[in-house]
Amino acid sequence: MTLHTEESAASTQQKTKKARGKVRLREHVMGWLFVGPFGIVFLALLIAPLAYALYLSLWQKKLIGGTSFVFLGNYVKAFTDPTFLSGVWFVVRFSVVAIPLQIVTALAIALILDAVTSLFTRFSRLMIFLPYAIPTVIGAVMWGFLYSKSFGPLSDIFGLFGATAPDFFSSNLIFYGLINVVTWQWAGYYMIILYAALQGIDPALYEAARIDGAGRWQIAIRIKIPLIAPALLLILVFSLIGTLQFFNEPQILRYLAAGTISPGFTPNMYAYQQAFGLANFNYGSAISFALGGVVFVCVYAFLFFTRKRRSFF
Amino acid sequence: MTGSSGVGARRRPQRHLPLQIFLGFLVVYFLVPFWWVIVNSSKDASGLFSGSNTLWFADRVDYWGNLQRLFTYDGGIYGRWILNSTLYAFAGGIGATILAVLAGYGFAKYRFAGRRFSFSVLLGALMVPATALVIPTFMMFSGLGLTNTIWAVILPSLLNPFGVYLMHVYARDAVPDEILDAARVDGAGELRTFLQVAFPLMRPAVVTVLLLSAVASWNNYFLPLAMLSDNRLFPVTVGLGLWQGIASANNAGSTSLWSLIILGALVSVIPLIIAFFTLQRHWRGGLSVGGLR
Repeated sequence: MTLHTEESAASTQQKTKKARGKVRLREHVMGWLFVGPFGIVFLALLIAPLAYALYLSLWQKKLIGGTSFVFLGNYVKAFTDPTFLSGVWFVVRFSVVAIPLQIVTALAIALILDAVTSLFTRFSRLMIFLPYAIPTVIGAVMWGFLYSKSFGPLSDIFGLFGATAPDFFSSNLIFYGLINVVTWQWAGYYMIILYAALQGIDPALYEAARIDGAGRWQIAIRIKIPLIAPALLLILVFSLIGTLQFFNEPQILRYLAAGTISPGFTPNMYAYQQAFGLANFNYGSAISFALGGVVFVCVYAFLFFTRKRRSFF
Repeated sequence: MTGSSGVGARRRPQRHLPLQIFLGFLVVYFLVPFWWVIVNSSKDASGLFSGSNTLWFADRVDYWGNLQRLFTYDGGIYGRWILNSTLYAFAGGIGATILAVLAGYGFAKYRFAGRRFSFSVLLGALMVPATALVIPTFMMFSGLGLTNTIWAVILPSLLNPFGVYLMHVYARDAVPDEILDAARVDGAGELRTFLQVAFPLMRPAVVTVLLLSAVASWNNYFLPLAMLSDNRLFPVTVGLGLWQGIASANNAGSTSLWSLIILGALVSVIPLIIAFFTLQRHWRGGLSVGGLR
């Protein structure tokens, strides 16, 4: 009897082990079947191009002597190339001004929309979000019209006050002209993300704070903003990645602001010009890769300083 | 007071006039470019360059004539650009969404070998600037003879690591393991469990990812600009950029092109605005629940 039970216990144990092994194997297979299709695209269109860009960037094409291996030569060239460096300096400066401006605007609007409920605020939410539905290229085209001297409204508006209209295509003001375009384009999108996060907060917290004597401002600053910090961090990181790759808007406004926006205005424009304008794919790849490196370092430094690396993902 | 509002009234209705007026100014700012485009696409070249009334209609309001000119200019190339953009947005958007839904579900619900490693690679990829890939992808595609074809635009837009991340987070939270196990015990296969049990639960996030990837393809500029040289394959973003370049280069000779660009910009944004407004109930839910936990 005892022997029998032991035996059967052993056999069931073995069976479950076998079954479990089968389940484990099935998990591996099914997991990879689900992830596989994306994995193939990921390898073919992200890993392979990155590896290829790295490979290309290590070679140099010369008019005489053909293509030769220069190892980090292109990178040394890039980081001593005044055009590339001024482009990097521009996008870094641009990020430092544009990103806080966009996020503060988005946060202010989101807080207002969260606190005040009316038909008008609902309408405003949609209208402020509207620019996100517009391709950045079309947004830049539209603002190009508005800045234009021949058919833009600026001279009319400033004429009312007897002032001359600012020329946003001049080298002094193009920086602010572009800041305005990206703020218009992205603030609404960030606002929607922050608004969604604000709506997710349990209103009981506000009641508790009110009972403790907190005012409207204190609730906003001490409760709402800290609770949506992860959402703020997410959009900060995404806007940083996006802004450092700045390309579409200056590329489009380049035609209108002739002479102000050079082909090497931002690193991405420079890479585009090197690769497709001058057929210098090796140097273009090196610039792309160097820019990727700059983005990576900036994002990591940012995440390090905010010390939220763990809570972010 | 606050206590009497009860559980049902989540927020007290509050009207703060100064805040609403401030909001009103902001709305005007965000709408000015649209207003300018709507008004000025009704004008012909002379009305456009008259230099007055830039924010109001001219005497002659001629949308119909401008529309006809827009869609017949250069053999009706503008209509082709719109169709191209639609094709790229649908093919890229649907393809990217299918891949992202499958992969996100796989990462969330199966403990397979190499899962942790591949997921951290995926997270690293979120930080890779998309434009850094354009030049090497162009080189690879040109070796394969794929440049200057529709595939050169569609294939790269299938890659959406953020969509996978979003689907992963959403599937993890919104699809309980117990339901999946119950379906398996009832004899449903893995694929059927996914299609009939998990997928319906993931639908809000699916709409979000679909909309975000379709918009990303519709908005794409750098990639098609680099990949395509035949202007009959251009999406509308690259096409309008081309027209703008031509119009600015010889400012005097092509004044009529400007009114086409203005109306072209207006027409090109209408499909997206409609999509956003009709689908907003769906995608907002996905954004708030899945994206930001």
